[in-house]
Amino acid sequence: MIEISGVHKSFGPIEVLKGIDLTVEAGTVTVILGPSGSGKSTLLRCINRLEKVNSGTVRVDGELIGYEQRGNRLHELSERRILQQRVGIGFVFQNFNLFPHLTALQNVAEARHSALRKTKSQAYEKAHELLALVDLWDRAGAYPRQLSGGQQQRVAIARALALEPKLILFDEPTSALDPELVGEVLDVLRDLARAGTTMIVVTHEIGFAREVADTVVFMDSGRIVEQGTPAQVLDHPRHERTRAFLSKVLV
Amino acid sequence: MSVLTPPRQAAAAGDTDGDLVVVPARHPWRWAGTALVLVLLAQLVHGLVTNPGWDWGTFAGYFLEKSVVDALLLTVGLTVAGAVLGFLGGIPLAAMRLSANPVLSGVAWTFIWVFRSVPLLVQLLFWANLGYLYESLQIGIPFGPGFSFPTVSLIGSFGAALLGLALHEAAYAGEVIRAGLLSVDQGQHEAATALGIPRWRQFYRIVLPQAMRAILPNAANLLIMLLKSTSMVYVLAIGELFYQVQVIYGRNGRVVPLLMVATVWYVILTALLSILQFYVERHFARGAVRTLPPTPFQRLKAALRK
Repeated sequence: MIEISGVHKSFGPIEVLKGIDLTVEAGTVTVILGPSGSGKSTLLRCINRLEKVNSGTVRVDGELIGYEQRGNRLHELSERRILQQRVGIGFVFQNFNLFPHLTALQNVAEARHSALRKTKSQAYEKAHELLALVDLWDRAGAYPRQLSGGQQQRVAIARALALEPKLILFDEPTSALDPELVGEVLDVLRDLARAGTTMIVVTHEIGFAREVADTVVFMDSGRIVEQGTPAQVLDHPRHERTRAFLSKVLV
Repeated sequence: MSVLTPPRQAAAAGDTDGDLVVVPARHPWRWAGTALVLVLLAQLVHGLVTNPGWDWGTFAGYFLEKSVVDALLLTVGLTVAGAVLGFLGGIPLAAMRLSANPVLSGVAWTFIWVFRSVPLLVQLLFWANLGYLYESLQIGIPFGPGFSFPTVSLIGSFGAALLGLALHEAAYAGEVIRAGLLSVDQGQHEAATALGIPRWRQFYRIVLPQAMRAILPNAANLLIMLLKSTSMVYVLAIGELFYQVQVIYGRNGRVVPLLMVATVWYVILTALLSILQFYVERHFARGAVRTLPPTPFQRLKAALRK
């Protein structure tokens, strides 16, 4: 469903991704682990083209992201077409990035109306449903600054769901939260996984990975070191680098 | 915790902390300062009332006189037209300066550099004398045929005044708007683009309302400066407020009371703009603060309820 092949990405002289190949099947949860600076977030941002890749391709449901293939040439798509492609790919940020001047309800409804071209009333109706899904039906009129971190992240997840995406990318969704708020966000992720949502999650929550992931991918310095089921990667890592990382995380 | 606290000695007056009375701290120097300021204020008011030089009778006679009110309306008109044209020009200037295209950003930078450099007074005189430089202006194909108009009839003194004010205002407005757009967090752009929101909608629904918080105080400053800058167009013999009071005191020699007529009108207009600024800023503060500051009206109601 998602095929990433030969992705390289550099920021100036620093090569952050050094050739990534990864396939994610529809309806599965992939958790990406790795030390900071290993390129996990950059990989995620290359999938929905928040970052332009230097070489390599990303395909979602066979559709090339950011380019159009004509013969053996890749033509860069216009920004308008890339925006349309992003509608199919949800993205949840570490810092939530909710729109502070819009209420929770307006945050969720906005893109459904303007990007998915639903009428306003349809968008708001669905937004109410989604807020109920993340257990925030009573906070629809609140502005993000009036919500706790965990509540804000749940609104952000509802906002991503409003586009009915084929795939949702989570970039360290619990890293900015107080420890006691992490659970409520992971609960929502668990529900989504159970409902068969295709998800790629960058996280440091090993327990969550063990419980929910179908595939665990371990990255280090711009490469995928190993991948497999949680049991394979977390309990019987084959590489020294993975063992070293896990021994530090699993205290 | 209570286990660690030693048993408290029963106070002489009351048995529990609930009976204790809070005595507010005294601020004697605050009272002394207040008294001093009030005395100085009283002296000022006394001087304004008793000094015959202010000639309040003449002031009252001309304050609402027809020629003065007409001139006032022209001043307001120049301010509104200058502000609208200036901010309409400022939006593309800001967008061009933020553009990745070096030609666009270079042209915008140069425009702003030039029109912030030339004093408004010099600019006004320059535009008024444009006919000396170009006898006719032509609209049509660049370097090709077109319709031509004599410059003097196309740009009268009023046109020159408006052109000068608008270009001057646009250069400053461009920078004010750019500052506002830069103040919006990068994460907001990313979130909007990740949601696939169309480009134009990203700008006016997500970025601009947040930028307004930073734009408004500076824009209000600019507007108030423009209001007073309109007094400079008197050099083009346009009958705005300042020109008109000069004409009157040139006739009757009552300089001070007539300058006060213009001054008080400028003060009133600035007060109106400041009130407008408060409410517009409050509107755009939604979401940026947990609770909005109360309006003076709400504060008064709250005070009366006590």
